[in-house]
Amino acid sequence: MNLAPLAANLRVISALSARSIKQAFRRPQFLAPVLIFPSLFLAVNTGGAGRAVEIPGFPEVHGFLDFQLAGSMMQATMLAGVSGGIALALDIEMGFIDRLFAAPIARSAMVLGRLAATGLLGLLAGVWFLGIGLIFGARIEAGVPGVLLILVLATLAATAFGGIGAALALRAGRASVVQGIFPLVFVILFLSSAFFPGELLLEPARSISTWNPLSFIADGLRQPVISAISLNEVGKCLGGIAIVGGAGWLLSAAALRARLKAA
Amino acid sequence: MATSVAGAGFSSRRSQVRSLSAVAAIETHRLERRFDDVTAVAGIDLAVAEGEIYAFLGPNGAGKTTTVRMLTTLLRPTGGRANVAGHDVVADPASVRRAIGVALQEAALDPLMTGTELMRLQATLHGIPKAEGRRKAAALLERVGLIQAAERRVGTYSGGMRRRLDLATALVHEPRVLFLDEPTTGLDPVSRMTIWEEVRKLNDEGTTVFLTTQYLEEADHLADRVGIIDEGVMAAEGTPKSLKAEVGRPHLELSLAQGAAPQAADIVARFGKLLPAKDGAVFVQLEGGAAEVAPIVRALDDAGLAVESLDLVQPSLDDVFAIKTGHHLEGADNEPAADAVAVAP
Repeated sequence: MNLAPLAANLRVISALSARSIKQAFRRPQFLAPVLIFPSLFLAVNTGGAGRAVEIPGFPEVHGFLDFQLAGSMMQATMLAGVSGGIALALDIEMGFIDRLFAAPIARSAMVLGRLAATGLLGLLAGVWFLGIGLIFGARIEAGVPGVLLILVLATLAATAFGGIGAALALRAGRASVVQGIFPLVFVILFLSSAFFPGELLLEPARSISTWNPLSFIADGLRQPVISAISLNEVGKCLGGIAIVGGAGWLLSAAALRARLKAA
Repeated sequence: MATSVAGAGFSSRRSQVRSLSAVAAIETHRLERRFDDVTAVAGIDLAVAEGEIYAFLGPNGAGKTTTVRMLTTLLRPTGGRANVAGHDVVADPASVRRAIGVALQEAALDPLMTGTELMRLQATLHGIPKAEGRRKAAALLERVGLIQAAERRVGTYSGGMRRRLDLATALVHEPRVLFLDEPTTGLDPVSRMTIWEEVRKLNDEGTTVFLTTQYLEEADHLADRVGIIDEGVMAAEGTPKSLKAEVGRPHLELSLAQGAAPQAADIVARFGKLLPAKDGAVFVQLEGGAAEVAPIVRALDDAGLAVESLDLVQPSLDDVFAIKTGHHLEGADNEPAADAVAVAP
């Protein structure tokens, strides 16, 4: 089996990924929202609604911060996906994408390179919020294995959301359009168990939350913080990531095909 | 390296490549591109030989960039076919991409990257191993005069620097065919000359160059052959010399002291056909070319008529464009006339 083409492809993906990561850090106005905004939201939520843990039916937690960390990580990983989409749209707007299209590389490498960078931002978000949590008194019940599991899941989740961002960018070709979905991120997230237990939501939010893949991801990120690792929750979390990632991949592939066809 | 052609006396590799190879580097047959109801390129046929510099001349909106985008596989033709470096742009785009270098009209440079980073990325995109890519990147940055600015972000570069960097990125994999889409638009004269020199050097090294331009001077000075496109249609094609020879002879424009023009016109009419001129000036077409200038000046001098200035005006590509398309190329009037000769009173 000739592995040379695969090796070459991986080199290209790695180079494009490195470029995307450098871009993110050289453009702090795009990186800041991924970390700063969810951090502020976390501070306001835990500071203002800390007594929510006393509501009957609220899961057994060490503190409200422990419960909220997953929601913040979800927010950050979704914003990382949006940020990656904006960066890709800017590449299209300034014509950099033509440089890639004119090169003898696999078309998928352009998207995969961007997704790899988004995944890395997800990892960074995981480290950031676990760090904040530990500094402000959260307890990771599952210990070091739990921390590692959360970081893996955050990375995968960000990659999956990156696919959605990439699909939007390839379809619209304009950063302003991708940026416009930012408010929608909040709406979708609030219709899940990211910030509040799904069982305690009112209808129809409760029903939507039950079937929302974001709930599976949020619960998976939360489980190692508030209790021991549950393979069932890990499985559901990976299922949620697969649903989002699969949708992102299909939409990205279709958008890329449409863009190449229209070109 | 190609061996020299015995007895031909060619000194450049470009000439050697051209003489040894009859294969077209670029070939199109009824190439067409439609966008909904608009036909941007309406079935053009062209052939560019290996080692040639071919200039595609036309005004804004003529179809130049659309043609380049089809030839560089960035745009799919809606009709006809095109081969670049022996590969069909639709059936085998990957092979085309391996053989070509592209510097587009809008320099597609990431302002957040440094020159070095961009060069190295480009090397990676073309499958060049890491160490070799680093070496080539440094060598090309040196070649285009950007080595001092290599570690600065592209966003800090001037327009001329960006163009040079864009050119360098197009060369990292030593392409057989180089596409330059309006490479000097918006540049100052010095930067333009720098780009021209580099294009000539590349061509001397054997690279086929296909460049689009709206500047007559650029096509005239650089190109072996010129293709004139207007409203998506090929209006004319040939060497600059042959195209200009098709449309006429040079003419002489004389400015004379007040009141001398009528008498001068009578004298000058013996040497050629008088052309319409403004007051105080006499224009005459020269059938014999520049050789007739001296006898005219002597005749006017013998008659005691003072010539304030004279210009020998050669037919220009704009004249060719005007005759072939019915209108002048935009901005042609802003370009300085060739071969101006000032005579002191």
